[in-house]
Amino acid sequence: MSGPHSIDIDYVAQLARLELTAKERERFSGQLGDILQHFAQLNEVDVSGVEPMAHAFPVENVFREDKSEPGLPPEKALENAPRKRNNMVLVPKVVEG
Amino acid sequence: MEYEAVIGLEVHVQVKTESKIFSSVGVGFGAQPNSLTDPVVLGLPGVLPVINREAVEKSIKVGMLLNGSIPRVTKWDRKNYFYPDSPKNYQISQFDRPICSGGELEIELKGPSRNVMGEHKTIALTRAHLEEDVGKLIHLEQESLVDFNRAGTPLLEIVSEPDMHTPEEAYAYLTALKMLLIYGEVSHCDMEKGQMRCDANVSVRPAGQKKLGVKVEIKNLNSISGVRNGLAYEIERQIQVLLGGGTLVQETRGWDAAKGMTYHLRSKEESHDYRYFPDPDLMPVRIDRRWRERLRASLPEKPFDRQRRYFDQYSLPYTLTSVLIPDPELCHFFEEAAKRAKLPRQAANWIVNNLLGELGKAGLTLSESKVNPAKIAQLVNLIEEGVISKNLAKERVFPEMFKTGENPAAIVQAKDLGLSESAEELEKICSEIVQANPDTVAEVLSGNKKAINFLKGRVMRATRGKANPALVGPLLEKLIAEKG
Amino acid sequence: MPGEIHFQTLAQLQEALASKSVSSVELTRRHLDRIEAVDGRVQAFNSWDEEDCLRQAEASDERRAAGKIKGPLDGIPVGLKDVIAVKDQPLTCSSRMLERFVSPYDATVTSRLKNAGAVLLGRLNMDEFAMGSSTENSAFKTTFNPWDTSRVAGGSSGGSAAAVAVGELPVSLGSDTGGSIRQPASFCGVVGLKPTYGLVSRFGLVAFASSLDQIGPFARTVGDAGRLLQVIAGHDPRDSTSIDTATPDYSKALAEKKGPWKLGIPREYFAEGLDPEVKEAIQAAIDWYADRGCEMVEVSLPHMHLAISVYYIVATAEASSNLARYDGVRYTHRSDRAEDVVDLYFKSRAEGFGEEVKRRIILGSYVLSSGYYDAYYLRAQKIRALIRQDFSKAFAEVDGLLTPTSPFVSFKAGEKTRDPLAMYLSDIYTISANLAGIPGISLPCGFNSQGLPIGLQILGEPLGEANLLAIAQSFERAHDFIDRHPNPSPPD
Repeated sequence: MSGPHSIDIDYVAQLARLELTAKERERFSGQLGDILQHFAQLNEVDVSGVEPMAHAFPVENVFREDKSEPGLPPEKALENAPRKRNNMVLVPKVVEG
Repeated sequence: MEYEAVIGLEVHVQVKTESKIFSSVGVGFGAQPNSLTDPVVLGLPGVLPVINREAVEKSIKVGMLLNGSIPRVTKWDRKNYFYPDSPKNYQISQFDRPICSGGELEIELKGPSRNVMGEHKTIALTRAHLEEDVGKLIHLEQESLVDFNRAGTPLLEIVSEPDMHTPEEAYAYLTALKMLLIYGEVSHCDMEKGQMRCDANVSVRPAGQKKLGVKVEIKNLNSISGVRNGLAYEIERQIQVLLGGGTLVQETRGWDAAKGMTYHLRSKEESHDYRYFPDPDLMPVRIDRRWRERLRASLPEKPFDRQRRYFDQYSLPYTLTSVLIPDPELCHFFEEAAKRAKLPRQAANWIVNNLLGELGKAGLTLSESKVNPAKIAQLVNLIEEGVISKNLAKERVFPEMFKTGENPAAIVQAKDLGLSESAEELEKICSEIVQANPDTVAEVLSGNKKAINFLKGRVMRATRGKANPALVGPLLEKLIAEKG
Repeated sequence: MPGEIHFQTLAQLQEALASKSVSSVELTRRHLDRIEAVDGRVQAFNSWDEEDCLRQAEASDERRAAGKIKGPLDGIPVGLKDVIAVKDQPLTCSSRMLERFVSPYDATVTSRLKNAGAVLLGRLNMDEFAMGSSTENSAFKTTFNPWDTSRVAGGSSGGSAAAVAVGELPVSLGSDTGGSIRQPASFCGVVGLKPTYGLVSRFGLVAFASSLDQIGPFARTVGDAGRLLQVIAGHDPRDSTSIDTATPDYSKALAEKKGPWKLGIPREYFAEGLDPEVKEAIQAAIDWYADRGCEMVEVSLPHMHLAISVYYIVATAEASSNLARYDGVRYTHRSDRAEDVVDLYFKSRAEGFGEEVKRRIILGSYVLSSGYYDAYYLRAQKIRALIRQDFSKAFAEVDGLLTPTSPFVSFKAGEKTRDPLAMYLSDIYTISANLAGIPGISLPCGFNSQGLPIGLQILGEPLGEANLLAIAQSFERAHDFIDRHPNPSPPD
């Protein structure tokens, strides 16, 4: 797929670590193409000089004081782990990189 | 052809705090696996980060110590990538508004000998930004284990410009950085505990060429000498490849300290698209003038500034400062002693050459020492005032003081170690010794000047060491000459 | 206590408990009975733990007997959307990904409800990870509309809305990222309030789009919504985006604020695509306000037509990052087909997420990806600022804006699932409030010819909840919509 309102679906799926079926790839490409076409309306607006808005309610300098409190006991921390060993989460071999 | 290396360093430093950067569970090293976590550290569904003020303040202080520019507003962004040690699969970091931009670090290269100061240089910095540390992977045969204890520890990444050219400069850079951060009390910088970690970017180019060569990143440089050795190996490897007519590829390599070589980890084609965007869960931090001024006022004197002051104020030789300066606690000890000592330089001598040696032998730290600065100063003053000989001070007073913590003056008195004050008495003793040893006197008179040492020893024994050696020699010579 | 206890208001139940004409155990049991009776048809709940609820109710009764009630909700059953953490309870977000996840901690709103004595009753169904407008994206079940069970309850908080509408609960909590409280409230004929961003803590609310999400109440009356809001609102040091301000006394404000108000009618909300019957009901509501002395002015929100695009860029971008943590490693579904850890990510996420979630993750990853950030995300953030500015200008002039909540009434299940863009466009009236961070309420304002509820939306200025509730309540008190209740027919 290429064109002004298309998405490199394989690249993005790779970024998002999502395995897509051939059907999903095809369907999403079409649907997201439509959606991107709709997004094109944003180009009509002059946004020069407008500060981007990252937060709905502007507040600054929200801090925690540096005091420690007990956390979760290891058993509780790993309660939902699909696999574990020696109080650690077990995963298939990770190749360092 | 001559080649020149270009080196830039990325140093990660764990900022010294009691709790994690975004939640209140404690930080630590060597705890039981996954015993330092909470829902925020684990990135459980629904949790939110709240930033630790201390981590921010200490990072600003680092920026100031590095002469960097501290922005009026700093903010946090998400760096998105998947890795099993990353609980959220994004790292809260800083992208376009780091807590410190620019800056520089003064370094000292190795001198021609241990006693001679090396060349000083200033290395330019790119930036420093505050982020969260990730967990740790333990690799088994077929599987890996994840421990999240380290995750969420405040981590300051300090990035240098490609402004170094030799492994020695990189070594000096890390040494100087570590010293500065320890002075600022912002990190323990213990590389063995992962509190300071270093990645290096290195390339080589024909000497004189402007354009940079192909950049290689080296990871797993786990000690300061590892950085030096890894870079030395890698620079040589790159030069050999080029000399052999080969081409270099942009890649990430690991450092195998045991084998003493770097090895390929991954190539740069797999470069990341981190999709940085402002973290909507964290608010920007505004660093106003009052806050800045308060932090600036709390900055310590920098190590090399202190060293220069020691030269000027106390006339300390380079060798003494090179022992004192890296250890702020020792510097403080010295300065306290120097305040009271008539000869500060002698105080430094006693601290560096005697106290540290004894502490080392006893396996004690400075804070465990029974000798305090005032006692060192008193000892120096007793010698300076001629109350006690340097020899006795070293052999009798200091060991006693080190063992018991007793005042040197009290020891001198209790053991009656004071120099005999009466010249008449000393002359009388010397005269007796000369009378009693005619053979030795004859020997001296016949030209064997060294034979006089035997008589000196007799005098010292007779006075139980209290005779002032500076007086004994001439006195004996005079008496022998009278015999001749 | 007379007959249909399950359609009594929160206020009535509080009084009944206070006068000891009913116990919390009885109240809880009657609601559990109601769930047993109707939930098979409505499917509002993902789960409930009868024993645990009754234990909580018993404890409440003991407190009351000892004269030591904890707070205003003591003994009252409250349901939570399955996206809000309750310690030692499931937190599925209606996703296979978290099907077996049990939360080890309480959300801040959960702690507040517990501290107020509430009986936490069940986990309410939703669109998976709150992504959707019909609750059809739940991995477990579709929640049907109690007024017509062939139709959807709306979404994403469909379970929370339907449960309150059908009398399974007196009140519930939902979350609203682009209309997920107000739209299902409108579809189910109940009151739903999305508070000002930052008024209610998000700690423990599983994030969809962090800069847009807010927790809010569902109730059968405006007053009850205010009562529940009172308990959950207020500053939370665990949420950096929480506003540090004193919470007003909403009941007191409701008693005092009588109007008349100056109200705005945003012309952009009455353009094409608005169902004629909905338009008629909203017009009638506008006329009612005008008749009782409110000054009505037409206002313009010139960037309104861009809101959908801005919203779907910002929301999906944030979501793509927020949902990265569901990866098969620490606590989610893990694929057993994976060969290495990278494969584990791809397969666990493929198996654990439903289609709509995948679609949004792809879109969100795309708009943030290298080379597109400025064109999409950054631009959207700037236009978002313009949209907020439009509202600020409007609220400099008026006390509230009157609009439809949704362009149409509840639709048939399955009717809109094929065309995601059409589904996205249906959020047109609700999403701009999330973009601007302002509060909005939806309340019943009529029924169409098929007997399906229509919702009136009132939007207010930041932290203007008291005003909003008062404006809504004046309408509610003059109409009898709250007295009508659905009676879901048994399946054919």
